[in-house]
Amino acid sequence: MQKTIYTRLRDAITREVPVAVATVITGDDVGAQVLIQPDQAVISMLNDTALVEQIHQDALAMLLAGEQGIRIYGERQIFIETYPPPATIIMVGAVHIAVALTTFAKPLGFRTIVVDARGAFATGERFGHADELVHAWPDEALQGRLHSNTAVVVLTHDPKLDDPALLVALPSAARYVGALGSTKTQAARVLRLRDAGLNDAQIGRLYAPIGLPIGGRTPEEIGLSIMAQIVAVRNGKI
Amino acid sequence: MRDVVAAIDTWQQRGERVAIATVVRTLGSSPRGVGAKMVVSDAGNMAGSVSGGCIEGAVFTACQQAIRTGQATLMHFGVPDESAWEVGLACGGTIDVFIEPLGISE
Repeated sequence: MQKTIYTRLRDAITREVPVAVATVITGDDVGAQVLIQPDQAVISMLNDTALVEQIHQDALAMLLAGEQGIRIYGERQIFIETYPPPATIIMVGAVHIAVALTTFAKPLGFRTIVVDARGAFATGERFGHADELVHAWPDEALQGRLHSNTAVVVLTHDPKLDDPALLVALPSAARYVGALGSTKTQAARVLRLRDAGLNDAQIGRLYAPIGLPIGGRTPEEIGLSIMAQIVAVRNGKI
Repeated sequence: MRDVVAAIDTWQQRGERVAIATVVRTLGSSPRGVGAKMVVSDAGNMAGSVSGGCIEGAVFTACQQAIRTGQATLMHFGVPDESAWEVGLACGGTIDVFIEPLGISE
C-alpha cells in the first residue's frame, strides 16, 4: 500500500468518513490500489481511466450498500474494501424514551446522536451518555448525516417536528426510519406525508407504530422495543 | 483496519517497517470475515488477526518477507474438513489472504 493511499485511508477512518480501497490481487499490477471517497477525486495507481472509473462506480455503490469483496475486471481480480461510517442511531426528540434508547444503543455497537431544538430537553445532564447532542431543527440536523448505516428514530410526538424529520429521512439512504405514535396517529401522518410529496414506497418503509410488539409501557420498555427492531433490521430479520 | 491503526502508528514512530495482511475471501466457516486485518512489523511485532489463530504463523512469515521484498502476494489457505485440524484450519473453511508491504515513501 502506497504511503499516499494509506495516509488518506487512515485520515478517513480516524474522522469516521466513508472511504473505500480497491486493490488488484491477481493479474497485472498486483498490489496497485485505488482510493475512493464520495464527492472526491479518486487517487489511483492504475492508469487505465475506463477501468478506474468502473471501479470508482462499483466502490461507491458497495460503500452505500455496506458490502465488500472481490470483483472481476477482465484478467484482474480486485478486492474492494469499504469503510462505511459507523452504525448510528439519530433520535429526533430528546424525550424520556431517547434517554433509555441511548443507554441500550452503546453496548450494541451504535453511536448515538440526539437532536432537539428545545434546550430544556436536550441537556448534557440527561444525555451525558450520548455521543452527540445537536440543538437544531430536525431537518437541518439530519442533512449530511444519513447513510446506509443510519437509523432515524422520530420521537417528538409533534407533527411540527416529526414531519420535517421524516420528509428528509424517508427519501434518504437511511437503513431504518421509525416514528412513535399509535395506529391512528400513523394514519393521519401518512396523509400528511403524501400531501407533502412523498411516494408510497417512501412512506411504506416507515416503521410506525415504532418498535417490536413486546407490550412496552414504560419509556425503558419502549426504548427496548425500538432497539430490538433496529437490531432486527440490521440483521436482515425484518 | 480501524483496530490496527494504533499499532501501525506506534511501530512507524519507532521507525519499524510494516506489512498488512487482509482476508479477501472466505468459504465455509471461518472465524474472521472478509476485511479482517493483521499487521506485522519488521521488528517482529504483530496486531490484529486473520483467523482464529490457525494461519497467523504462516501469515506472519509472509508479512516479514513482503517487507523485505516489497512485493504483494495473495495466499490461499484451505483444507478438507477431515484433515483440517492437523493442517491448521480447525474450521474446515478456506481463506484467501492478501499480503502487502506498507510504503514508507510517497
